Amino acid sequence: MQPKPLALKIIDIVALITLIVATYLALSAPTERVMGEVQKVFYFHIGTAWTALLGFILAAVFSVVYLITKDLRWDRLQVAAIEVSLVFFFITIVLGSIWARPAWNTWWTWDPRLTTAAITELIYIAYFMLRQGIDDPDRRARFGAVYALVGGLSAPITFFAIRLFRTIHPVVIGGSNPEAEGAFSMTPDMRTAFFFALFAFTVLFIDLFWNRIRLGSLQDQVEQLKLKVSM
Amino acid sequence: MFFQEATPDTSGYMIAGYVIAFLVMGLYVFSLYLRSRNLRQDMTMLEEMEDSAAKVIPAPEQERRRSPAQSAGRKRAKTVTKRSQKKSS
Repeated sequence: MQPKPLALKIIDIVALITLIVATYLALSAPTERVMGEVQKVFYFHIGTAWTALLGFILAAVFSVVYLITKDLRWDRLQVAAIEVSLVFFFITIVLGSIWARPAWNTWWTWDPRLTTAAITELIYIAYFMLRQGIDDPDRRARFGAVYALVGGLSAPITFFAIRLFRTIHPVVIGGSNPEAEGAFSMTPDMRTAFFFALFAFTVLFIDLFWNRIRLGSLQDQVEQLKLKVSM
Repeated sequence: MFFQEATPDTSGYMIAGYVIAFLVMGLYVFSLYLRSRNLRQDMTMLEEMEDSAAKVIPAPEQERRRSPAQSAGRKRAKTVTKRSQKKSS
């Protein structure tokens, strides 16, 4: 395996520093009067949700490129994007549930946003189960690409669910929802923490994505070597 | 919650949220490290196996790799040695 590139080492460090700063800004942001301290999980909730949904859409784009070129490198990118996004989206759902307990008085409700988010997470868990079941790399990549392309539709549906359907989930970006419970307006300090968290999670996503791509290429090398030795 | 006068103490939920977020991220980074380490170990082992296989197999393989002139000379040498062995026996 090639040694870690300098750019990746720098991104590793930058990602760690931005995450620490984002945590500091989130924790030191003003406390929301109605919900109290729990509102502060919102910064990480949105940060992880943004990067996860972006990753799912990126994976759909990589799938299209793979289906056109049949180059397995695009398959590797797609797997990396989905895996990192899956982890981030899991954090989003857990943080949302923790916030919902004091704000809505329940851990979970089958609201359109929560339902679509849960379906998205399950779709991508199933994606890895599907890949596990196929041995032939080309076939696995082709099936994975088609699945990720169709699954990619769930990301915009999840994003627009609170804008299209009646829901109690607050709309933070681009509009307001009169039926939302737990909505709030941001002060300048809150806005700083919010945008910095978006930035920090974007950097962290790029860092983990790159590391995961390297792992994927190492996996391919080992698989090729296994074939060579067994012949 | 919306008709209250004082801000509720929900710091426990906040702490739980941040702890879980960092825990999940930490576990993922650790899993990346573990998988990478295991693959590197596999790679080293497979490379060793490949090297040892190359040392054991080579007779016909080496013969094929040699230039035709070299291998022809070698064959001639072999037949000569066989004849001399027969004579001596």
